[in-house]
Amino acid sequence: MKKRYTISVFTEDMVGLLNRVTIVFTRRKINIESIAASDSEVQNIHRYTIVINETEDLVKKVTLQLEKQVEVIKAVYHLDEEIIYQEIALFKVPTNILMQGGEAEHIVRSHHARVLSVESEFTVIEKTGHKEETQHLFDELAPFGILEFVRSGRVAITKPMRTLTSIVNELENTYK
Amino acid sequence: MEALKKEKQPHVSIQKTMSGAQAVVQSLIKEGVDLIFGYPGGAIMPVYDALYDVEDELKHILVRHEQGATHAAQGYARASGKVGVCIATSGPGATNLITGIADAQIDSTPMVCITGQVASGLLGTDAFQETDVIGISMPVTKWNYQVTRAEEIPDALAKAFYIARSGKPGPVLVDITKDAQFGNLTFNYNPFKGMRSYVPRPRLDILKVKAAAALINNAKRPLVLFGQGIILSEAESEFKTFIEKAELPSAWTIMGLSALDTDHYLNVGMLGMHGNYAPNKLTNECDVLIAIGMRFDDRITGDLSRYATQAKVIHLEIDPAEVDKNVKTDVAILGDAKESLLALTECIEPNQHKAWLDEFRKLEFEEYEGVIKEELNPSVDELSMGEVIRSINDQTAGDAIVVTDVGQHQMVTCRYAQFKNSTKSMITSGGLGTMGFCLPAAIGAKMAKPQKQVIAIIGDGGFQMTLQELGTIFQTKIPVKIVVLNNEFLGMVRQWQELFFEKRYASTTMVNPDFQQIVAGYGIETKKVTERKALNDAVGKMLTHEGAFFLEVRVAKENNVFPMVPTGASVSEIRLK
Repeated sequence: MKKRYTISVFTEDMVGLLNRVTIVFTRRKINIESIAASDSEVQNIHRYTIVINETEDLVKKVTLQLEKQVEVIKAVYHLDEEIIYQEIALFKVPTNILMQGGEAEHIVRSHHARVLSVESEFTVIEKTGHKEETQHLFDELAPFGILEFVRSGRVAITKPMRTLTSIVNELENTYK
Repeated sequence: MEALKKEKQPHVSIQKTMSGAQAVVQSLIKEGVDLIFGYPGGAIMPVYDALYDVEDELKHILVRHEQGATHAAQGYARASGKVGVCIATSGPGATNLITGIADAQIDSTPMVCITGQVASGLLGTDAFQETDVIGISMPVTKWNYQVTRAEEIPDALAKAFYIARSGKPGPVLVDITKDAQFGNLTFNYNPFKGMRSYVPRPRLDILKVKAAAALINNAKRPLVLFGQGIILSEAESEFKTFIEKAELPSAWTIMGLSALDTDHYLNVGMLGMHGNYAPNKLTNECDVLIAIGMRFDDRITGDLSRYATQAKVIHLEIDPAEVDKNVKTDVAILGDAKESLLALTECIEPNQHKAWLDEFRKLEFEEYEGVIKEELNPSVDELSMGEVIRSINDQTAGDAIVVTDVGQHQMVTCRYAQFKNSTKSMITSGGLGTMGFCLPAAIGAKMAKPQKQVIAIIGDGGFQMTLQELGTIFQTKIPVKIVVLNNEFLGMVRQWQELFFEKRYASTTMVNPDFQQIVAGYGIETKKVTERKALNDAVGKMLTHEGAFFLEVRVAKENNVFPMVPTGASVSEIRLK
């Protein structure tokens, strides 16, 4: 059965590696729902957070094929309940819809969204949350007119307590 | 980590200032390379200029097309066990390498490809002969890297060789911009020692070894499947000891052929689509399946849902990504085949499986009566491919390197070629099925093993894909023996058209030129055989001739290769006709 999996890929810092990582998915025609790249807590180790909707069997194979890439240090996959995850969405809306006093402002408040910037023509609102939450805000603001919308890829922290440092230490001992 | 690297070096080389191009050449020499295959062009000219100074130490073979360079490097690597090296220019030179790189990737052949690239300032501008070879080669290389500064060259090449040859070997590509070749550096070569993100040899898990041994010790009907992993880890004798200790019938993939003598009493033949009858049938009757250094290709397994479902599966494999990829295993032993086999042999008990072996013998007899007898000794006038291989076997006694192309002749050669104390002697394009592989690969193999007879067996289709490499043979005078089995058809496709497309022979008939004249133009001795009575003498003449030799045999136009596991069928549904 297909489920939503979050794959965390820890890599060396190298140009082109993201391409190598995505090829593992694209060659099997797996759609990447979201991808985020960032530093990790260990210096010079990058992490990609990749979300896909697939069967566990396939996710397992893909994870091994990711780890097979020479500069991939570790790849792990988790179900939603095994991670703490978050996404951020930005909304650009006409400032006047908030000034009419009333419903749009109430919606922004009730979603605990933040106003980042107010210009005479537009206002930028930030909402951090799961996709369903940012989507919910989108749906409610849509009737008022959304000028621009963007949502980031998922970032996730895993619940298991194995640290990246301990994994790296173990790997460094293997080849020395 | 950096501090550790700098602390102590095994051999401190004398520091010397030189150009990036000279550093490329010196790095190759430091890696023990004495032969490379390539083709010059604008963006790689500085390296060629540096090669000019070291011709005695580092020989360059000028091929006639860059694809030929890759296959020659593959042939060299497969016959020698060393890393094959090829070199090409940017743009079309680099893209012409891709087929050979893909072939080396899927067949785990250690290869380092060096390509020239436009100057770093021009990258991304669609400059003359610029192509993004890093991007293009990424899906088919084990690793690749672009060098834009001269001082990166020694470390990049050291890493390239390490990655190419370690773990599961494979092709790597190092792309070097022209300004990096012209730039200067202080040369200091440090062999690469390893990296935290790459574990070439998984640590052997002795508990898994014991679990596997328990399964083998209780097996009544064990079957071993072995692949190229045995050859790559040079575990031939450990493997033989292993199967002999517990009397385990052993079948091979075409990549594993020649690792075990073909006449060994436990060698039960070839697996897969055109493999032998017994091992395919009995795959679905064994109780323990022991796969060693092979990856359950679909040409081996047929329909996976009906593949050895009754058996407990043990998989000895170096690459974790191969475990459970196609066939679910009960016990996986990760590690180098040699190390794993040594440990496993110690844990298994001596055993005998006479009744089980007799089942193979019975099916072998059926296959002999139904297929082999007629293939090797045809009752009709037309020559068969099999009898040509038989004649070669008779006259080489199994001591030759056999290189094939792809198609019917490949399957027939794999089925019937004999090997005796002659590992690394079957060189074929297994995973990718690359037509045109054979001729250049044979050149590389002969250069790796000049004292061995190297016989290239090619169909008339594949021969014409890379026949320009006859020019390389002419120029280098490399004495390879070329056998073209000419049926004036793209035989394997024609066979499928006959069996599955109602004999609609779309674009499979070949109207061929006079190969004798063409080959004679390259100064190579030729012979053409159209009748059986001339065959043995012609093969004999070819083998005793000192230089290169071209033997064309006119074989039956519409013979089929049997047995056959049709696509989508189970291995046990293998057909004798």
